[in-house]
Formats: sequence, C-alpha cells, structure tokens
Amino acid sequence: MLTAEEIKEIDKAISIVPYKKAACVEALKVVQQNRSYVSDESLKDVANYMEMSAEELDSVATFYNLIFRKPVGRHIILLCDSISCWVMGYENIKEQLSHKLKIGYGETTTDGRFTLLPNPCLGTCDCAPALMIDKDLYRNLTVEQLDEILKKYE
Amino acid sequence: MEKPLTQHIHKDGAPLGLKEYEKVGGYQSLRKIVKMSAQDVQTLVKDSNLKGRGGAGFSTGLKWSFVPMNGQKPKYLVANADEMEPGTFKDRILLESTPHQLIEGMIIAAYAIQADESFVFLRYAYKTAAEAITLAIHEAEQAGYLGKNILGSGYDLHMHLHTGVGRYMCGEETALLNSLEGKRATPRAKPPFPQVSGLFGKPTIVNNVETLCCLPHIVNNGAEWFKKLSLTQDAGTKLYGVSGKVKKPGAWELPMGVTLRELIEDHAGGMQDGLKFRGALPGGASTDFLVAEHLDVKMDFAGVAAAGSRLGTGTVVVLDDRTCPVGFVKNLEQFFAQESCGFCTPCREGLPWIEKILNSIEIGDGRPTDIKLLEDHTKYLGPGNTFCALAPGAMEPLQSAIKYFREDFERHINEKRCSYSVKMSMAM
Repeated sequence: MLTAEEIKEIDKAISIVPYKKAACVEALKVVQQNRSYVSDESLKDVANYMEMSAEELDSVATFYNLIFRKPVGRHIILLCDSISCWVMGYENIKEQLSHKLKIGYGETTTDGRFTLLPNPCLGTCDCAPALMIDKDLYRNLTVEQLDEILKKYE
Repeated sequence: MEKPLTQHIHKDGAPLGLKEYEKVGGYQSLRKIVKMSAQDVQTLVKDSNLKGRGGAGFSTGLKWSFVPMNGQKPKYLVANADEMEPGTFKDRILLESTPHQLIEGMIIAAYAIQADESFVFLRYAYKTAAEAITLAIHEAEQAGYLGKNILGSGYDLHMHLHTGVGRYMCGEETALLNSLEGKRATPRAKPPFPQVSGLFGKPTIVNNVETLCCLPHIVNNGAEWFKKLSLTQDAGTKLYGVSGKVKKPGAWELPMGVTLRELIEDHAGGMQDGLKFRGALPGGASTDFLVAEHLDVKMDFAGVAAAGSRLGTGTVVVLDDRTCPVGFVKNLEQFFAQESCGFCTPCREGLPWIEKILNSIEIGDGRPTDIKLLEDHTKYLGPGNTFCALAPGAMEPLQSAIKYFREDFERHINEKRCSYSVKMSMAM
C-alpha cells in the first residue's frame, strides 16, 4: 500500500505531465526515497496506481541503475570507476574499501550499514579519485582518508 | 580576456543568489527579448555562430529554426544537464555556481521557439546542483521571470527540475526524451526530429547547459561581440578542462580555439614530475586520441576535426607515459559496454566482446589475431551500423589507440603481460 504522503508526492509529479504513466520514474523515486528500495510488492502498488502492468513498470525500473530492486544498506557508496579516476588510481580505493567493509560491488555489509556500487563518471574529474556516500561527494581521495569518511555514517 | 560565463562565480563555488545575479546584470537580457520577436531572437543566435557545447557542435540557431512556429501548443525546451561523458566536469560548475544564468538562458531559448513548458534534466549525482536549481527556479518564479505573463509581456513559461536515476544513454537527446516520458532511455529513430516531434510527440528543443548559459550574454552584447571572444572561426568562449596526471587539473573558461598545448602546459601546469605526455582524449571518452604531434592543434570544432578527432565536450583526459594505453582503453570500453542500452545488436553484442578482448590482452592472454579483430569491430560498430552514436563514439578512442599505440598492444600480446606497473605506481 502506498502511503497518503507518497500518493501526494506522486500526484504532484503526475500533475506536470500529460498522462499518468509518464510520471512512473518519479513514482519509483518517491517510493525508493521512503523505503530505501523498491520491493516486488511496492512495484505492484506503484504499477497499479500508475495504471501500468507490473511487468511494464519493472522493465523501466530495472533499466536505471539507481533504482534499487533489491534491499540496500543504510548508506550507498557510489565509487567512480571511469577514466580519470582509473588513471588516478581508483582501483586502490576499491580494493581498500572492499577489504575494510568485506563486500564487493553490489553487496551490502552484514550489519546493513553500507552498499557498495560502481558508478560511471561522477563529473569531478579534476579531483579524482572520487566517491559519493548518499548525498556527500568526496574528492581527491586517498586510502588514508577512508576510515575517517566511513566513520561519519552509522 | 573576457569570461562571461564564469566571471561572477564565487571562489568557493557557492551559487549566485537572485539578488547577486541581478546586481551583475542578471535577467537584463529577458527585458530585451520580450520586446523582440521570437524570429529575431533566433536570427541573433544564428548570427552569433553559437554551436552546441554538448559534443555535437551543431549550430544552435539553426537547430531552433526547425521548430514549427505556427502557434501550436504545447512546445518544450529541455536543458540537457545529464553530464555523464567520462572525463567531463564543466557543466557541473555552471549548474552549481550560476543556476540563474542557466534559467535565464533557458527562458531565452524557450522564447525563441515559443515553448510554454521547460525541463532541466539533471543527472542523479549532481546533488548540490539539484538544490541550487530548485531554489533558483523558485526565486525566478517569485520575481516574475517564470510563470504566467513574464515581465508583463504576455509570454508564459513553466520550468521543472527532473533528476535522473542513472544511465549514460540519457544524455542522447531522444533517449533523454524517452526517459522524461517515463520510459527506458533508448534512442528514437530520426526522422522525425525532436524539433518536430519530441517530448510527448510535441516540438522540442534539447540544448546543453553551457550552450544555454551563453545566450544571455549574446542577447546583451550582440552576435559580433560573441564571435570576437573566440580566437578562431568558432564563436565564443569555451569551458575547457584537463584531468589525468597533470600538475593542476581543473576547468577554465578560455577563448574558443586555444591550443591543446596551452591547456596542458599553461593552465594545467604541465605533466606531473617524472611523467611525459603520451596522448589525450580532447573532449571526453568518445573522442579519438590526439598525440604529441597534435599539441598545437586549436581546440575548436574545425581544428580538432582536422586532426582526426572531435572537440566533444572540450574536457581533456591526459594519458601519460607510465599509464598503460591498453588498460586506459579497456576502462573506456568497459564503460561503453555497461552503458549500452541493449536496443540494437551491434552495440549490445559488440561492445562486451571488445571489452573481453581488451581484458585478455591486458592480462597477458591476448592472441596475435586480436588486434585485427578489434580493428574489424571499429568498422562494424562505426557510423551507420548502429541505432545511435554510442557505439561509434566508443570506437573513436579504440581505433585511434590502435593507430597511435599499436606497439603497446603488440608488446602485451608478445610478452603475455602488461609491462606498465600500474599497481606499483599507485601504491607509492
């Protein structure tokens, strides 16, 4: 069941497009923001509300890498793996992050704290390597900074 | 040296608020255009020789001129703020620091095609920009620059921010429109072109952020002034950037047509100590390599094209002599393979194959026939064989890497290893 608040937000998105279905990505974003990921049940609820089949909505949801169809941790780490960060040694950051958190790409720590995902170019190439945790961007990363950064997220 | 787009940006990059923006001449161009006909605005921009800064370099005024001007409604204007070309970080600066400049530019573009609805399509990762633009749209509405009857002119324009949920494909204008319509971001067949049948089947213009930010200055200072900003025949200034192992990576607004050497040696401070320049992608991941013999190439659309590449986004990624060119290209192709939308076969099947071949070569498992196989692929996935420009773009760095760094590919295959100790230099 979508909450009244979710419906209010989704309706706002619907109001600026000519037909309901066009706001389906916005609707998925609303649900994800409130529930951290889009479960099968949520997907069906959204599809129902948007007057789409669950299959059609899922084909949209699974196309976009930042709509999560599986449970994720409380914090999402997006590690830039594109060219400038590669030249500047992001692979070392990846190795250390994986070692510290004991997870690889697409995995979540056992305490549910972090999910680690690779991300194409974060658009801060003059300050590579870079990563984002939730809304926060970290640039000119060194391995030494990782503990301090991770500590901020419970 | 004039820097119209960036001169008022705060040192710390904090967004220029409405009052600050108005104090430095912000929204004056709107007062001018509402007294002009839409046709005159189009002609002014066509005369300025402004070309799209998103990568394709098409004349902005000419692009607008294909929109039917017969009073039909609705029409749409979309700012492409989905900056996802690897190595590109120029629009971020404009989005975060001068959101009102973008909005003013969007209103001019929308007025020129008589659009009544507009969207900013912003990539997910630009969180700071999202906050700045949300606030700026609200401020512009309150001040009467957006909404109904703008500045008492009778012209109405609404603006909305759409934040994306990933995928490089969204930067392709027809895929972007599909995404805005709540669909998978796959490209559309052209024709019909978006100017005639775009968002929701209505006439639509999609312009890049930097392109739009040039507009208020063209309106305020004129077409001739804009042309004179440049050192060459391509008008205006350009936000250039350099990343990679240079002393001072960064982005700078400079006259269009500075040389690659000036960018790397003067602005980026030259290569890091002990490293030599080997080559560079002049404008993002999907542009052909330039090498040392091209350092004096003028970085405008014609100059870079004459050197066999594209200006693209004008943000340079440098390859140094201690970084493996095969590994470099493997990283690029891995990106393109992952970001292929899967809609057309050569791209969906070809790019992962290329990534696998490059990976084999890089880890010392390559075969002598692999280079020919890669070369064949650059043709199979080249222009005309795929549905959109993603795969041909992906072939540009590959074909030029084989051309300029062939001995590296051969040495990997012959010695069955990568001789660049990337890991060791990173650990230092």
